[in-house]
Amino acid sequence: MKADTTIQWEQKGKPPVNLRFFLKLFWTTFTLSMFTFGGGFVIISLMRKKMVVELGWINDEEMLDFVTIAQSSPGPIAVNGSLMVGYHLAGVAGALVATLGTVLPPMIILTLVSLGYKAVADNHIIAAAFSGMRAVVAAIVLQVSWALFKPLTHARKALPLLLFGVSFLALFVFKVNIMVVMISVILFSVVHSLVVIRGEEGR
Amino acid sequence: MSILAKLFASFFQIGLFSIGGGYAAMPLIKAQVVDLHHWLTAVEFSDLVTIAEMTPGPIAINSATFVGMRVAGIAGVVVATLGNVLPSVIIMLILAKLYEKYSEQTLLKRILEGVRPVVVSAIFTAGLGLLQLALKSYRVPDLFALVVFLLSFIALNSRKIKVGPIALLGLGAIAGVGYHLLF
Repeated sequence: MKADTTIQWEQKGKPPVNLRFFLKLFWTTFTLSMFTFGGGFVIISLMRKKMVVELGWINDEEMLDFVTIAQSSPGPIAVNGSLMVGYHLAGVAGALVATLGTVLPPMIILTLVSLGYKAVADNHIIAAAFSGMRAVVAAIVLQVSWALFKPLTHARKALPLLLFGVSFLALFVFKVNIMVVMISVILFSVVHSLVVIRGEEGR
Repeated sequence: MSILAKLFASFFQIGLFSIGGGYAAMPLIKAQVVDLHHWLTAVEFSDLVTIAEMTPGPIAINSATFVGMRVAGIAGVVVATLGNVLPSVIIMLILAKLYEKYSEQTLLKRILEGVRPVVVSAIFTAGLGLLQLALKSYRVPDLFALVVFLLSFIALNSRKIKVGPIALLGLGAIAGVGYHLLF
């Protein structure tokens, strides 16, 4: 009913599916995965920057739905998330290309690292490079969460903000496991949606 | 069972039962790799966790590659990673198909809409955790991390400065090395 009003970027929509697109999809997921250290939400933030803002392949609502599904399913969020995007853009072939692009960088890097991991773990230059990148990653993820938070306030509804506040308290202050929070809210949302829809039909 | 079949079966289980991201997968990986199959010692496992935190990619994939390489070389890497990803691929393909089919349906649309604020707060929480981690880095003084964080945040929010996330990460790495070499 609303939601459409929150789309403020230039929506380019799904690109034509051809070899060029598959190469682009592979390269995009490959480079994103290459820089994803620090957990699945980092790649989600990078994915938003690249695929929502830069390429316009998906919109914010779709991306948040993909995260919900990726987070609630088995396996790494990074793999699940890019698989959903790949499928959305180009079906099973797209899903497989995106998965390959996401999985290859850690495979290549860890293969090399396992050959001499002590040298890597104790290397001061690598540690220094990571200390710089960690600060950048924090800035990217926080900026993305701010960009995603703003549309919640546009709807001028109390419930989304309340859910945001309560889940933030649960996750950050009380350190409740994210799965517990997710499942509780999904159950709440199922009941709430059923009640709302029944109410609308009754009118 | 051959060693490759064991690797595959082991990481298939890890992939299938690790719901909720990297830190949920950790105990499962330890149970399979250290306790059950003795592919790594407890000390090697803690090294693996350190490496996984320093290198890109999901910890499950990192572990599959690392263990596969140590146990059976490149063939081990391919088999363990494939086993790890296969449950995700099968389950996610089904869910993706269902999503594309039913996402316009009112009930599902509303349910997913209702969950969105929680995803936003999960991303926000992850960002705060990463900031805490960045400010705690022990080799380089905290002020450095804070400055890099603030500059990146300004660059990301500015309409004039157009810098992609990957380029910004590269700049962060260069800044970290430069600072380390200079001071």
